Amino acid sequence: MTFTMSFGRFGKVSYVAETKLQDFMKYLEQGKIMGSKCKNCNRIYFPPRADCDCMVGEPEWIELSGNCRLITFTIVHFAPASFRYDVPYVLGVAQFEEGPTVFAPLSKDIKQEEIKVGMQLKLVSVKLPGDKIIYELRKP
Amino acid sequence: MRNVAIVGVGQTKFDRRPDASIREITFEAFKEAVEDADIMRGEIEASIVCSATHYDKQRTPAGVIAEYLGLNPQPTYNVEAVCASSGVGVRNAWALISSGLHDIVVVVGFQKMTELRSDEVQEVMGRSGDVMWESPFGPTMPAYFAMYANAHRSKYGTSEEQLAKVAVKNHFYGAKNPKAMFQKEVTVEEVLKSRPIANPLKQLDCCANSDGAACIILASEEKARKITDMPVWVAGLGLGSSSMTLTSRGTSLNSFPCAVEAAKQAYKMAGITPKDVDVAEVHDCFTITEIINYEDLGFCERGQGGKFVEEEQTYIGGKIPVNVDGGLLAKGHPVGATGASQIRTLVQQLRGEAGETQVKGAEIALAHNLGGIGMYCAVTILKR
Repeated sequence: MTFTMSFGRFGKVSYVAETKLQDFMKYLEQGKIMGSKCKNCNRIYFPPRADCDCMVGEPEWIELSGNCRLITFTIVHFAPASFRYDVPYVLGVAQFEEGPTVFAPLSKDIKQEEIKVGMQLKLVSVKLPGDKIIYELRKP
Repeated sequence: MRNVAIVGVGQTKFDRRPDASIREITFEAFKEAVEDADIMRGEIEASIVCSATHYDKQRTPAGVIAEYLGLNPQPTYNVEAVCASSGVGVRNAWALISSGLHDIVVVVGFQKMTELRSDEVQEVMGRSGDVMWESPFGPTMPAYFAMYANAHRSKYGTSEEQLAKVAVKNHFYGAKNPKAMFQKEVTVEEVLKSRPIANPLKQLDCCANSDGAACIILASEEKARKITDMPVWVAGLGLGSSSMTLTSRGTSLNSFPCAVEAAKQAYKMAGITPKDVDVAEVHDCFTITEIINYEDLGFCERGQGGKFVEEEQTYIGGKIPVNVDGGLLAKGHPVGATGASQIRTLVQQLRGEAGETQVKGAEIALAHNLGGIGMYCAVTILKR
């Protein structure tokens, strides 16, 4: 595993670099949103997990469509120090059409007055300055 | 299992305390509780020290607190469940006494949130959720609860005015509590016009970080009957947990499953239903949280929390008075002290010592203490 694929590149500020899920970053760099699927019970996880709740099966990677529906959101005006100059920004929780849910920022391209619970969105990977990479929710 | 009673309570004023260290703040609450119980300090067989330790400069603070309170060489240890630390501490004390291991145990909860510089607080705040999958996007405590507010509004129509009415009620009572940080009433307009924090939550929808300590002394039935004519019995205990990530909490996000679970356990143990509760303290870290708590505890139907506060059902004289000490919103929220402070308020209510905010004839009281972004919830039911 090379340094450039490290999970430490995930997000503007990252706290976890070492994980069994380093390949998530490789796929994200290729524009793929990957979940994990248990080979035993077929449960799909997002965020992916290295271990299934069934405690039997091995996980394998599965690409998700990225198509999802907004469950809830908030417009953040008062931010942690590293995000101070980004306010206001929007965070949301959305459900993939495959079932699992994702916690992600909404693209600044979506006007705040357009944001409605239930709206259709698409999760896409985004490269940030400083060799960072994240995903965000955009209009489909 | 032996019966367990609360025999002494104490609390500092919640405020900014640049004049005192954590050991000194905790001593104030401890001294008040020991005097309230009217026992000798040497009778205390163990101490449980509660704080959200990421706010402490002192590592493993039970060491310095037990030393300063004069509680060596008895057992002492820290309990940490973020905002629910001292609610969980009381559960620990109950178990130590009920099992027969100890007869008298003290629970002290404290926090000195101003001990950290504001940039340090911001850094801690940025790590309040799952650091692997959520913190990289810049969430905050208000942001997490704001997402619950928008989900609740989307499903049940809970309005910003209804949220504001929680703040108005709690500040109404906070104005009557000499130990509250804010002792001034606010209006719906003032809440709605306060600074936006995380839509739809505004500054007056949010509790304030503060410094303070609270202390509870518990005893076995045999000891309690010797110590006091007015023991307050621990009748029910519940503790539940929920996933830390919002993404593992299903797709509704308008209830805290850990609270529903804790309430179920506590009601069953106490042999009561929500209708039997005469006065309650619920964890109003944000206005939306109090509204959801009404529903999680069964005080009103699911989705009716906004209407419930609008109808003033949680004022004294309503169906169930809630947070008549001002709650976290007006009293302040020194994280580790909050659970013990809730129980102190309820003990005073059940003894009939609550003065201007006394709920007449209160016999059964309930404390609901939520931890973090809703990972832990401790529910404690007390009886006269």
